[in-house]
Amino acid sequence: MKKLLQIIAVGFALFSTTLTAGDTIKIGAIVAATGPASFLGDPELKTLKHYTEKINAAGGINGKKLELVAYDTGANPKKAVTFTKRLLHKDGVVAIIGPSTSGETMAIIPMMEKAEVPLVSMAGAVAIINPVKKYIFKIVATDRMACQRIMQDLKDRKLTNLALISGSGGFGKSMRKQCKEVAPEYGIKIVADETYGKKDTDMTAQLLKIKNTADVQAVLNPGFGQGPAIVTKNFAQLKLTQPLYQSHGVASKKYIEIAGAAAEGVRLVSPPVVVADKLDDSHPIKKTALAYKNEYEKSTGSQVSSFGGHAYDALYVITNAIKAAGSEDPKKIRDEIEKTKNFAGVDGMVTMGAEDHLGLDTKSGMVLLDIKGGDWTIVK
Amino acid sequence: MTELFAFLLSGITVGFVYALVGMGFTVIYNSSGIINFAQGEFVMAGGMSMVFILAAGVPLVPAFALAILLTALLGILLWKLTDLSKDSSQVSLIILTLGFAIFLRGLAEVVFDKELHTIPSFVGDGSLELYGAILSYQSLLIIAVSILIVIVLWLFFKKTTLGKAMIAASDNVEAAKLMGINIKRILMLNFAISASIAAIGGVLLTPITSTNYEVGIMLGLKGFAAAIIGGLSNPFGAVLGGLILGIMEVLVAGYLSSEYKDAVAFVIMLAILFFRPGGIFSNLKAQRV
Repeated sequence: MKKLLQIIAVGFALFSTTLTAGDTIKIGAIVAATGPASFLGDPELKTLKHYTEKINAAGGINGKKLELVAYDTGANPKKAVTFTKRLLHKDGVVAIIGPSTSGETMAIIPMMEKAEVPLVSMAGAVAIINPVKKYIFKIVATDRMACQRIMQDLKDRKLTNLALISGSGGFGKSMRKQCKEVAPEYGIKIVADETYGKKDTDMTAQLLKIKNTADVQAVLNPGFGQGPAIVTKNFAQLKLTQPLYQSHGVASKKYIEIAGAAAEGVRLVSPPVVVADKLDDSHPIKKTALAYKNEYEKSTGSQVSSFGGHAYDALYVITNAIKAAGSEDPKKIRDEIEKTKNFAGVDGMVTMGAEDHLGLDTKSGMVLLDIKGGDWTIVK
Repeated sequence: MTELFAFLLSGITVGFVYALVGMGFTVIYNSSGIINFAQGEFVMAGGMSMVFILAAGVPLVPAFALAILLTALLGILLWKLTDLSKDSSQVSLIILTLGFAIFLRGLAEVVFDKELHTIPSFVGDGSLELYGAILSYQSLLIIAVSILIVIVLWLFFKKTTLGKAMIAASDNVEAAKLMGINIKRILMLNFAISASIAAIGGVLLTPITSTNYEVGIMLGLKGFAAAIIGGLSNPFGAVLGGLILGIMEVLVAGYLSSEYKDAVAFVIMLAILFFRPGGIFSNLKAQRV
């Protein structure tokens, strides 16, 4: 019942924020708070709301209050387009955060470019910022970076024959493609390439095939949701002995909980926020990540995931730019976003430039973790 | 050879899961002629309510019973809805079940949450090793329970007066009515039984696959395929249909490519509908049970 009330409250809040006009700075947000990508959009929206309030409680920006105009797309690109139109032409926002997914982001890029209002996307695909588009920025590490980090580790461990077992959802598909592309750069050979459906309940057949493939030295499982947990369980049941790598898609305690004892010894790449309390004190983003984690968990009562942090970074990149510009002119804000330098976000250190609209530093933005005793350990 | 054996065993395990879902389709179709597209959602409802009842501190056995009861009540609710609109065409009723499925998914999202959940295996995390192939204890439990359900259903339909009345009702509604059989009650019972079977499947499956509010979509589709393959009016056919489907899927994934795995179900289903619309056993003169 409490949940239901919360949802109704969020619904009202979504609409009511658009009604209160006045002397405020309006920032738009397009998130997939419900639907298939709600695992992204839900923590993102909660984060945006919490920190907008926080900024306003501290006096706002340039003496004005911040006003968040948020719409829920349900991960539907058509809705993303409609809401973008509304944000740009009716609500009159100075910048937009989102959308949560790559497909939606690609759909609204032409409109943003035409309207000359900056967009800071929270989606993963490289295509968003490559090639560079004047008004389009993004905040999240690409899956390519995750692949590079894993390949580097394989190379360091002198494991050259890799088997892939990928989910066929958007996340798994994209990462599989990126990993296959970067593997040769590290001298890694893909010796098996299996996939499974998003809702599959048993991956034994695919893993048996990998087990029967000669010379497999490591297995990588790009995927999100229940798939990787089932892969991990089946992997242990079949007594495969190779190291199992997982992607940042499973970097939450939920994965350890569901895969149980089978998750022991699994290695994965992860955004640093997941292990904020375990980071070295010298890690440049430890302070931001830890503060975010504590605040998120306190204000929402749910465990931090790596996704809400994207919203934190996007919001602060934009508000910092508004401060620096001392103006609400979208064009000036865009120029300042591009000048973002050494911003310690939840996702990593960000330094943008005319040729780099992501600016995320791989080293601080990705950590390697081992699962030991039902908890994360950072691989040094 | 050991490879083939391992594939077959894995296929049988998966197949029994599909069979459990498929049986539910046939029980309702048999009595009412409705294809209940909320069957997968009943599976989800069973699993999800089990997770939350267990989390509330209820011991395993009463929690299991409660999860089944809750899902059975949902089944009765669906029956009530179809009963209220019983003058509508069959197609409208099928669409009604589709709507009910979407409603249940949304309800689960609100009442429970959007997260993945799992529960510990009922029989321990161990597994049996047979000539290099692996069968987890929980899978063995699913197989045993499926077989048990088949036997109980068979005894129920063949040996009890109520079961016989159900068969009579599915055979000829008017004649059954004249014999004093309460058709409404029979239909309600069928919906409840079907939902209960789904709930049992959902609960047993949760330790293996984990569950969330939308887990029913794919399970429902695969179960539907199993039921079509076995002949929609035959719960025992659904078991064989599920097994055929499970084994074919695993063989295709193992020997061809896992990319084609999900297509298998639907290719087999289409082939059956084209060449043997009554199900694969239709030449054996399968009647409504």
